[in-house]
Amino acid sequence: MGSLNAAKPKKRLSNSNLLFLIAAVIFVLMYGLAILSYPESFLQFQTFFDLFNLNAPLIIMTLGLCIVMIVGGIDISIGSVCGLVTMACAVLLESGVGSVWGALLLALGIGIAFGLLQGYLIAYLEIQPFIITLAGLFLAKGLLTTLHKNPINVTMPAFVSLRDFKIVIPWLGTQNRLGVFIPCEIKPGVIIVVVLIVLLAALMKWTRFGRNVYAVGGNEQSAMMLGINVKRTKFFTYVICGLMAGIAGFVFIMTTGAGNVGNAAMFEIKAIASNVIGGTLLNGGVGNLLGSPIGALTLLIINELIRAAGVQSNFQAIVSGLLLYLFIVLQSIVMSLRGRRKFKLALPPWLRLPPWLPWLQGKKKAEKQG
Amino acid sequence: MRRLKAQVSHLVLPLSVLVVLIIINLIKGADYFSLTVVNGALYGNIPNILFGASELVILAIGMTLVTASSQGQDIGIGAGATITSAVFVLFVLNAGDATLLTIVVGFLLSCVAGLVVGAFNGTLVSVFKVQPMVATLILLMGGRSIAFMIDGKLSPILANDISNQIGTVIPGVPIQTPIILTAVFIAIVAVVLKTTNLRLYVESVGINPSAARLNGISPKKIIFLTFLIMGVCTAVAGFIAVNKAGRHDSVNLLKFIMMDAILAVAIGGNSLSGGKFSITGSIIGAYTIEMLNRTMLRLEIQTETILAFKAVFIIILMAVASPVVRDYAKKILQRVRTIGVSSTVRKTGAPNDAEVSNPDTPVKKEE
Repeated sequence: MGSLNAAKPKKRLSNSNLLFLIAAVIFVLMYGLAILSYPESFLQFQTFFDLFNLNAPLIIMTLGLCIVMIVGGIDISIGSVCGLVTMACAVLLESGVGSVWGALLLALGIGIAFGLLQGYLIAYLEIQPFIITLAGLFLAKGLLTTLHKNPINVTMPAFVSLRDFKIVIPWLGTQNRLGVFIPCEIKPGVIIVVVLIVLLAALMKWTRFGRNVYAVGGNEQSAMMLGINVKRTKFFTYVICGLMAGIAGFVFIMTTGAGNVGNAAMFEIKAIASNVIGGTLLNGGVGNLLGSPIGALTLLIINELIRAAGVQSNFQAIVSGLLLYLFIVLQSIVMSLRGRRKFKLALPPWLRLPPWLPWLQGKKKAEKQG
Repeated sequence: MRRLKAQVSHLVLPLSVLVVLIIINLIKGADYFSLTVVNGALYGNIPNILFGASELVILAIGMTLVTASSQGQDIGIGAGATITSAVFVLFVLNAGDATLLTIVVGFLLSCVAGLVVGAFNGTLVSVFKVQPMVATLILLMGGRSIAFMIDGKLSPILANDISNQIGTVIPGVPIQTPIILTAVFIAIVAVVLKTTNLRLYVESVGINPSAARLNGISPKKIIFLTFLIMGVCTAVAGFIAVNKAGRHDSVNLLKFIMMDAILAVAIGGNSLSGGKFSITGSIIGAYTIEMLNRTMLRLEIQTETILAFKAVFIIILMAVASPVVRDYAKKILQRVRTIGVSSTVRKTGAPNDAEVSNPDTPVKKEE
C-alpha cells in the first residue's frame, strides 16, 4: 500500500477508496488462492455465478446497510425483516388470492414500512439506532412467528415458473464427464443485484443525497452548519435500507420458494461483517458502496474454500472469525499508517464526470465544502 | 437536595417503567407479591424475576462500563460466556469428584479465560482502534465453535450436588443461590466504584479521549481495563448460567443476551455513545426487562407474539424517553402551567413550585 501512495504523490486516495482497494485486492487474492487450491471447481464460471445466485439476498441487504453505516447509524433489523417478507409473501401466494405482483408489492411495502418507522424514530426523535433497530428485529421476528410458524412451500404455478426461471448463457459453460456441454445459468436475482449496485452506486456518487450522506456521516455538526438537512438525510437512509431488506426478502423467496421461520436468520451479522471487510467504517463517513458486495463475496469465498477443504463445520466459524480478525487488523494498521490527517472526500479521477456538464458545477462546489 | 435530585433524576425512567409494570401485574392479579415457601426456599414472582435476571444483571454491569469508556457495545458476550463456562465445565468434569475446591478452582480458571477473552477484545479496541461492535463481532462469529471444541462433545452434563446447589438453592438458605451471587457481585462492584477512581477515569475517557489523555489518563489502558472487567463479568455470568442449566449447551447458552444487556443499559438512562454512566440504572433496567418478559407470560400473550409486544414496548419506552419528546413535553407543561398561574393569580412561589415539581425533566444531558 505504501508503494501505491508513493506512485501518486499528488492525488491522495481518500480513506473510502483506500479501504475499497484493500477489499478488492483481498477478494482477488482469495479467488486466486481458491483457483490455485481447487482449480477444477473454482475455474468454472458456474461456481462464480453460483456465488451470486445463492447469495443475492445477502448482497442486496449489504448494500442497504452500507448506506446506513456511511451515515453513521446501524440497522440490525434487516435479517428479520427479510425473513418476515419471505413468510408474508409465502402466506399471500398460498392463500389463493394473491398474485406474484401482489407479493412483490407486499414485499416492498413491508420493507418501506419498517424503514419509515425506524427512520422516523431515529432521525426525528433522535433515539439511538441500535436500540430502535433491535426493537425492529424483535417486531419483525414476532410478526413472523405470529403470521405462520411452520414452513410453507409455495406451489402457485405462476410463482413456481418464476422460481425456476433461469437465464442461460449458451456460449459459456463447461463439459461434464460424459462430454455433454452444460451452459451457465443465472437466476433473475442476480440481475436485480447488478441493477441495484449500479443504481445505488450512482446515487451515492452523483446525487446531492449521496454526498449529503457522506457529509452527515463525516461530521453531523458541520453538515448541519452547511445547511444540509441532517434529519431528512438520515431518515431516507433508513427508508432505503428497509426497502433493500424488502427486495432481499422477495429475492430470497424467489430463490428458495419457501417461507420459513429460520429464513435469513443472523443475516444482519453477516451483512455487518461483509461491510466491514468491504471497507465501511461503523463510525460513518467512510465507505464505498462497491466495497460491500466485494466484502460479501470475500466472506462467501472464504466459506466456500473452507467447505471445499472439507474441514469440520466448527472450524469453519473459527476460520471465518480469524480471517475477519486479520482484515480488521490490516485495515486498522493501514489507516493508522496514513496518520490522523484530515479526512478527504474526493472521487478518483476515473469516476468523475467531465467538468463541462454545467449542472454538476454547483454540486462540485458543495462537495468540496462537505 | 439539589445533588440528590441530580443523582436520582436519571433513574426516573427505569423506575417509572418498573412501577408501570408492577401496576399492570397487580391489575392482572392482586397476588403478585405473594411468596410461597417450597423446601425451605422462597418462591414467588419477585424471587423468580431476581433469579431469572441474575446473568443479565451481571452482564449489564460490564456492558455499562464498556459502553461508557469505549463508546460502543460488546456484542460477543454470549459467546464469551460460553467459552468461559466451557473451561469451567471441562475442569470440573476432568477433576474427578466435584468438591467445593474443584468448583472454586474451575470458577477461577473460567475467570482467567474471561480475562483472556476480554484482553483479546480490549487489544483490538484500544490498540488497533477498531470499533467495539466490529471487534467483538469476531468472537460472536467464532466463539461458540471455540467453546464446542473446548467441550469436545455435545452438551456435557454437570451432575453433581454442588453445581446443583449453586444453580438452585443451598439447603437451609431461604434465597436461591444465583440471587445471592448476583447481590455479592453488585456489592463488590459498588465497593470498587466507591473506593477507586474508576468511575472518574472511565467517564472522562468516554466523554473525550483526547482531553483525558492530555490530563494524564491513558484512554488505551482504561478501555483495556473495562474490557477486562467485562471478561470477568462474562465469566461470572457463564458460571451462573451453566450451573442453572445443569449442562453446557454451547449452541444455546445465553444466546441472545447481548441484545438484552444493551437494552438494559439503554433503559437505565445511559447514553450508548459513552460518557457518564449509572450502574444502578443498568441494574434496574436489567430487572425491568426480565419483569417485562415474565409480565407478558403472565398476561397469557401467545409465545409467538411476545417478541412483537416486547418491540412495541421498547419503541414506546424509547420514544417517551427521547430528548425531542421530552423537550416538547416540557414546553407544553410550562405553557399549561403559565396559563394556570395567570388564571388563578398566585403571587409568589409559583415559579419556584414549578421548578421543584418537575421531575420529568432531568438534567441528564451528556449525549
